[in-house]
Amino acid sequence: MRTTARDTVLGRIRDALALAPVPAAEIPRAYRTGRTLPDGERLALLTDRLLDYKAEVHPCTADRTAEVIAAVLEERGARSVGVPPGLDEEWLTAYTGRVQRDCADIPPPSLGDLDGVVTASAVTCAETGTIFLDGSPDQGRRALSLVPDLHVCVVDLSSVEPGVPEAVARLVPERPTTLISGPSATSDIELERVEGVHGPRTLAVVIRTDV
Amino acid sequence: MSTFLGMPATPPRAPYGTGNLRGERKFPRAAHDELLNEQLRRNLGRATGTIRAKRIGVTGELPDWEQLRDAGSAIKTDTMNRLPELLEQLEAKVTERGGTVHWARDGVEANAIVTRLVKATGSSDVIKVKSMATQEIGLNEHLEAEGITPYETDLAELIVQLADDKPSHILVPAIHRNRDEIRQIFLDEIPGVDPDLDNVPAHLAAAARTYLRQKFMTARVAVSGANFGIAETGTLSVVESEGNGRMCLTLPDTLITVMGIEKVLPRYQDLEVFLQLLPRSSTGERMNPYTSMWTGVTPGDGPQEFHLVLLDNGRTAALADRIGREALNCIRCSACLNVCPVYERAGGHAYGSTYPGPIGAVLTPQLAGMHAAKDDPNSSLPYASSLCGACFDACPVKIDIPSLLVELRHQHTEQAGTTAEKLAMKAAAGVMKSPRIYTAAQKAASLSRSVGVGGRDRVISRLPAPFDGWSDSRDTPAPPKQSFRAWLASAEGAATLREASAEGAARRAADDHQEEQ
Amino acid sequence: MRIGLFATCLGDTLFPEAVKSTAVLLARLGHEVVFPPGQTCCGQMHVNTGYQREPVPLVRNFAEQFGDASIDAVVMPSGSCAGSVRHQHEIVAERYGDAALRSGVATVKAKTYELSEFLVDVLDATDVGAYFPHRVTYHPTCHSLRMLRVGDKPLRLLRAVEGIDLVELPEADSCCGFGGTFAVKNADTSTAMLQDKMRNISATRADVCSAGDSSCLMHIGGGLSRIKSGTRTLHLAQILGSTRTAPYALTEAAR
Repeated sequence: MRTTARDTVLGRIRDALALAPVPAAEIPRAYRTGRTLPDGERLALLTDRLLDYKAEVHPCTADRTAEVIAAVLEERGARSVGVPPGLDEEWLTAYTGRVQRDCADIPPPSLGDLDGVVTASAVTCAETGTIFLDGSPDQGRRALSLVPDLHVCVVDLSSVEPGVPEAVARLVPERPTTLISGPSATSDIELERVEGVHGPRTLAVVIRTDV
Repeated sequence: MSTFLGMPATPPRAPYGTGNLRGERKFPRAAHDELLNEQLRRNLGRATGTIRAKRIGVTGELPDWEQLRDAGSAIKTDTMNRLPELLEQLEAKVTERGGTVHWARDGVEANAIVTRLVKATGSSDVIKVKSMATQEIGLNEHLEAEGITPYETDLAELIVQLADDKPSHILVPAIHRNRDEIRQIFLDEIPGVDPDLDNVPAHLAAAARTYLRQKFMTARVAVSGANFGIAETGTLSVVESEGNGRMCLTLPDTLITVMGIEKVLPRYQDLEVFLQLLPRSSTGERMNPYTSMWTGVTPGDGPQEFHLVLLDNGRTAALADRIGREALNCIRCSACLNVCPVYERAGGHAYGSTYPGPIGAVLTPQLAGMHAAKDDPNSSLPYASSLCGACFDACPVKIDIPSLLVELRHQHTEQAGTTAEKLAMKAAAGVMKSPRIYTAAQKAASLSRSVGVGGRDRVISRLPAPFDGWSDSRDTPAPPKQSFRAWLASAEGAATLREASAEGAARRAADDHQEEQ
Repeated sequence: MRIGLFATCLGDTLFPEAVKSTAVLLARLGHEVVFPPGQTCCGQMHVNTGYQREPVPLVRNFAEQFGDASIDAVVMPSGSCAGSVRHQHEIVAERYGDAALRSGVATVKAKTYELSEFLVDVLDATDVGAYFPHRVTYHPTCHSLRMLRVGDKPLRLLRAVEGIDLVELPEADSCCGFGGTFAVKNADTSTAMLQDKMRNISATRADVCSAGDSSCLMHIGGGLSRIKSGTRTLHLAQILGSTRTAPYALTEAAR
């Protein structure tokens, strides 16, 4: 009978553990978890971190969502934007450019023809300035928020958690999840950070402070 | 097999002569040449200095950094203890979610699996996300030999690939190159590049963007590594900065991920620890720009075919060492490289392995062995350290690298048989275990002085081999007239100590007197 | 206290002045200094070079010489030797020793101190009555800093020295490049590290570069001597041992 690589590798691991047993480890989780912070502090912290990454920050109230999104897109000269299939239609009512509602039939390379993309977000971590997208209908497939050069991302303050453990606890593991902390960047040349490589070179975050 | 026999067998190392886990020369020889490169030393000194400062800043701002390290270390230890069940769980979850799991005993087998999968798609090229595992097994070289063109998409890997160079750092493979060198590489190697390209990093990055855009949009197959694989959910994760990772993980039809078996984590919740430890230790950022997490295949989003290749290639051999296995806890952040005074000066190429620096010096010999051939270059790696301990302090999962180095040195001397060094060590211990012989030797050393050793200035400036490297740049004092013990036994020694006691007593009495007043 | 002084093989043979100062300092502070005459070497060089069988007799001898319950503490003017006793002896004893050795090693380990931590932690003394009117910079040495975690204890002792002009050493916590046999096996890399250390020392324009380990000082001092630097090396104990009545004579010739 031929031994499979699977059996061999698992057998080796069991042999290794038998040859060199190590006592079981208790995992101390004494780091900070379950933190809460008042709205104002979460907003201030998140804003500070996003600006540090050279992202744009646009705080507003929910009733001004469409107005602020339109202003951001127009300031950037975006004449066409993509939106996920489940994005609130109200959000693009003030925008005068072309809106392309995304669907699976659109080949990803053609998303490059769009000037920008507008999405919602699932969760955000204030301490690290990290926005989590999870592929829900208002965030769309991963290619949509990746290929266009401008990403306008709407974050509701109620979805902003203080730290990483609080944010991770709100995720649904099986969803394709993308963590975004500022625009794409590289430090590969002399460890000097440069914003903008392959992902969107501009990240504009619209934070709705009353949602 | 061995389980049937009842006696556990020691697992094999990575096969000799395969992959990129062994250089051609021993470390001191290779370092000697690298040290002559002034440009390299300047590039490295600047880059590691920059990143050290950033790391200290962002790790220092977390009040629970030490608690995170403790948790990270314990999670890894727990993982290794439960590796069989965790890997089986990971396999079941990935399969359940539409992925296919393959197992590879070594790099040769992994290369063959990836090649077979790529050929099955009919594609003649692949785009690649920076991956230590595929670098380790020499996947690119193998694919090329099979007629498949791999395109590295990480900026630094691209620089290395275009220059036909080798990576010299885990995080920043082109750390040994400065902006002028990179500009020249791009001008020489990127077809259709703007001939007026200057050396501004932003412009160089833009040139890479333009070059790779076409590849991202047309590639049908991508190959990646993985930073973490979650057993509980089957979720894989890649941590990156540029967005090339997202491109590779999202746009092609087929994704092939090669992951070392030690990269598994038990629970999704464990990410709350490692997503804090890794970016802060690695790039010195609070969070890296992009992290992708995917679980099998998601209809309508991303590659519809997903393969996970689980790689051993000597990892089980390391696991079979109670002390050495700690090196498997490494999360490839490269903080130890950036703080290592040896790495900073000799550079990554001197280690001859995909894994350079302090962690490389303990990981490489365990994965590939250090006695696979006569004068195996890997046997010099555990000695490529002054044991200064900076790596241990910087390690986010608290790997005690200095102790591992000392352990591997011991394993080397045990394997090496009778050498001149071992005889000298035995002789030294022989002298020192006997106070009588030891004292006689000290007297002989003192006497050497009277026969002129050290000359008038009491300094020895030239020593014979193997100490000639030392004396090339250091004077050594000639032995003094009298050892400490001889002085202590002398009338002068006794009197000096008596006087010191008396003086101290007088001083204390005076102090007490003053206090009373 | 009854203090067992461990001279270290290097201190005893090549750098006796540092050990003399240690003995004088402890006596001056009112303690009985005993020197078990059978002491030799802690075996650090062997273990760090990969030899663990050969130093077994040295580890045993150390435990025997200092194991006596009448000795309250074992003190040595060396961070790396203290580190060896505290961290390496039990590795050797576990692997190649017997039960008696393991127990002996555990006993001495618990009462072994490097000089500066003994003064500050055990004796609670930072002002030891020293007088040293010279410009001094301090190199913390890796084993003291990262293995023993002596922290700023040596600096607290130095700051309390009367007349001293203490200047901070740039990049103080980086290794000088000694590393025992590392300096022989990897002489080129070691030299590159030494050059950077000497550059930082020179920048302080100090008369003296001090440290708590004669081995690192031998390395740094050997380099400074070769480049005919204006800075000389001196063990921490020699600065702390210097007083108004018996000041250390920092001669031009010695520099």
